[in-house]
Amino acid sequence: MYASIEQANAAVIARIREARPHWQTVDLAKNLIPQLAQGRKLLHAGPPVAWQEMSGPVRGACIGACLFEQWASSEQQALALLENGEIEFIPCHNVSAVGPMGGITSANMPLVVIKNLVHGNYAYCNMNEGIGKVMRFGAYGPDVQARLCWMRDSLAPVLKDVLATFVDGIDLTAIMAQAITMGDEFHQRNIAASALLMRQLAPEISLLERDKIELVKVMQFLSITDQFFLNLAMAYCKAAMDAGAEIKQGTIVTVMTRNGKNFGIKISGMGDKWFTAPVNTPEGLFFSGFNQADANPDIGDSAITETFGIGGAAMVAAPGVTRFVGAAGGMSAATDISEEMAEIYLERNMMLQIPTWDFQGACLGLDARRVVETGITPLINTGIAHREAGIGQIGAGTVRAPLGCFEKAIEALAEKLGISA
Amino acid sequence: MIHAFIKKGSFQDSVSLMLISRKLSDSPNVEEISVMMGTPANKSLLEVTGFWHPQFSSATPNDICVAIKTDSANDSITEQIGAALDAALKAIAQGQQGGKHLLKARSWRMARQKLPQANMVLISIAGEYAAGLADQALEDGCNVMMFSDNVSVEQEVALKTKARSKGLIVMGPDCGTANIAGAPMAFANIAPKGNIGIIGASGTGIQELTSQVTLAGQGISHAIGLGGRDLSAEVGGISAISALRMLAADPHSQVLAFVSKPPAEAVRQRIIEEMKSLGKPIVALFLGAKAPFKQDGNITFAATLDEAARLAAMLAHVQQMAAQQPAVCGSKISGLYAGGTLAAECAMLLADRLGVEADSTHQQGSMLNAEGHRIIDMGDDFYTQGKPHPMIDPSTRNQEIARLAQQPEVGVLLLDVVIGYGAQEDPARSLADTVKRVRANRGAAHPLAVIATVTGTEQDPQQRSKQIATLAEAGISVMNSLPEAVALASQLITPPPVGITDPIPPLLAGLSVINAGLRSFADDLQTNEIPVVHYQWAPVAGGNQRLANILKNLK
Repeated sequence: MYASIEQANAAVIARIREARPHWQTVDLAKNLIPQLAQGRKLLHAGPPVAWQEMSGPVRGACIGACLFEQWASSEQQALALLENGEIEFIPCHNVSAVGPMGGITSANMPLVVIKNLVHGNYAYCNMNEGIGKVMRFGAYGPDVQARLCWMRDSLAPVLKDVLATFVDGIDLTAIMAQAITMGDEFHQRNIAASALLMRQLAPEISLLERDKIELVKVMQFLSITDQFFLNLAMAYCKAAMDAGAEIKQGTIVTVMTRNGKNFGIKISGMGDKWFTAPVNTPEGLFFSGFNQADANPDIGDSAITETFGIGGAAMVAAPGVTRFVGAAGGMSAATDISEEMAEIYLERNMMLQIPTWDFQGACLGLDARRVVETGITPLINTGIAHREAGIGQIGAGTVRAPLGCFEKAIEALAEKLGISA
Repeated sequence: MIHAFIKKGSFQDSVSLMLISRKLSDSPNVEEISVMMGTPANKSLLEVTGFWHPQFSSATPNDICVAIKTDSANDSITEQIGAALDAALKAIAQGQQGGKHLLKARSWRMARQKLPQANMVLISIAGEYAAGLADQALEDGCNVMMFSDNVSVEQEVALKTKARSKGLIVMGPDCGTANIAGAPMAFANIAPKGNIGIIGASGTGIQELTSQVTLAGQGISHAIGLGGRDLSAEVGGISAISALRMLAADPHSQVLAFVSKPPAEAVRQRIIEEMKSLGKPIVALFLGAKAPFKQDGNITFAATLDEAARLAAMLAHVQQMAAQQPAVCGSKISGLYAGGTLAAECAMLLADRLGVEADSTHQQGSMLNAEGHRIIDMGDDFYTQGKPHPMIDPSTRNQEIARLAQQPEVGVLLLDVVIGYGAQEDPARSLADTVKRVRANRGAAHPLAVIATVTGTEQDPQQRSKQIATLAEAGISVMNSLPEAVALASQLITPPPVGITDPIPPLLAGLSVINAGLRSFADDLQTNEIPVVHYQWAPVAGGNQRLANILKNLK
């Protein structure tokens, strides 16, 4: 027991800081998450949500997963299963996992396995499928299915073999510390980290005793998938935040996530309890042919990066994405965003020093009290999905977490602690 | 009818919103538009001014409330005005880009962190929140200038009492102007640096004094505002006294100018008592109050702003000239005048200053002869029997000057130089030579301060500026007028004031400002290279008192 919120928060932050998540292996979800071992279950991003409330792209991803798991052989069959309530839904966050955008994850999808070597906890995330028509944005057509199968049958086994050659896996902190100096903020932009990762993997991949063509395909995929590291960064952050959440006291936000209907958070002092408020719709830049009216309300567990203190909070680190900060965006707008975010985080992460911020560390320790006090809500860098199922990504931009869930969390904690207004 | 909408979570200062209101009111099909933050005070104002709309009941102080008065029943007007509002807000945001990056903070904690050395908080937020922020500032050891008004007198007294106990000052509420150590605060003028310290209850009073002082060729050290209520019976001039003490301890403020509306009588007495204890020359203007005397010890009373400014400028010049003089050894003043009327005025002014009687008999040209001080009209018949007038022939006066070699008790010599047609060709030259001789004869141990005025113009054959140059070269202090000359003379024989040994107030050494409220105030400070952080203030928890209380206890 800690004597004060300050002390509890300091303890939470200390654990987040100490965490050393390593990428250890890749395995199928059913082998990692007991809940997925049997029955028809899907993980989804965000706080709990029922099929009827899911937004278009999430539904599209559910259909895709039903097809992938061969629970259905057509879109209609899949829809019937889903409509009839024959599929059980579990938030990724409830099973040590995170999922980008829809976050739909099924038993036979390969997940990256991240182990926090310091505290021993694990975190999981599926692998990035690349850009365009992809399942996380709600596309589920044959090309999507084909890619998912290849990832399961070829990419995952190759990576598993490669990772086995690293003692304790790959130290992601080391990669991120370098990548942030190369212009990544690990949400909108992961190209430097992905390249640094590839630099470690490539020689080992080339040495594997496997079909050369297969290895080349894996290398090609990794070499063009700019956001491959995003999913690792998400699991990294999940591992660190879960370590912090173990303190079970204080006001540090340990989860921020969205399901297309609600934005949900957890705070250290309220354990696994969700606090939700209606989610906002991201604004930003659109691929040609799309506009704001097409944008789906915010989805995805990727806001775990902002929970950890990177992504939008580290906007200043990524000159390459500053244009997403509104039309008048530029370096000074990016600086303003990070300066604003620094008001609601308690400390700095000196493992992630940002050159364009005069080498100040990235933010660390998002305090729900400060959010409520200042009304400054976390800014999240995010992809934008089309609001209809099956179309996929239509742009990228930013979105604010809604204030309401932070207010509810603070109210609940005050009540739990017997603090009256 | 009223159409309305709310823009959530977008805090703007009220002045920006007033400008936007005015701009949007020019939109087509619109009678008038009101744009305000949803504070409780603003909400009641919206009600009173006929702009109320039920939507506003859900607005928080962090939300912009827009009410559109129009004949049209068409709801689309809100969309149109909404777009115009967004454009106007964007224009403000863009106007804020470029130039040196202004430090910004959204919480007090961050403002302090970004400017740890901050010693002044400039507050221009809504009055209902201003006192709370001022209290926070004082708690953290910062001085306060409250531009905000609508702060209760009880809050003012509490804040000023707290400030006094911590050795700090609260300027305001409703304090429009200050300029401390070169930092222009709120409405302030750019004045040359000088030795006049201004204290004023009102903003424009300080501005007018500053501008008139500048016109008179002088400059200011600091200008300290008090707010309109400081000298009321309830507040008791707490900040006025703090300001007087600060400037008294400041070596750069050699003359003080004090302006206010007539204070409560007891407060006025208290202020005057304080002024007398400071020793420095003070010009006091209690606007509209009849002063019983023109002069009361070190205090000169003025009746108007321009008079106060001229008197202050004159005293400032006297201080500057006094600083160039060696300490006098003899404490007596001798005035040897060629002009009779000049001698008479000099005698009158000096008698006033010294508190003695002028000589009404004028025996042997004596216009004043008291306590060893003498003012002589050298043009009196006594001196001109068989001799030309000293304006034509300087020899009689020069002989009188030469006699001062044997009068070490005389430390100050007052002279006039009258030029023009009929006068000597170069009176300054013969005076300068005589002064040099008498000084040599007195020796270094017995310095003689010589103060002259020149009567005549630049167009006169002797040319005023040339005469002044000759005198100045000989170490003679040339003053602009007789009152100045007399003031300098009496200053030189007055021992320097004792008792002001307070350390120089740190605030006067330089300001570092946290600006809460109007952004333009921060920009002005930044332009003047004053360290500043702009605190984009917003009420805690968006004005939700319940949450604010919880946060206070959730430590």
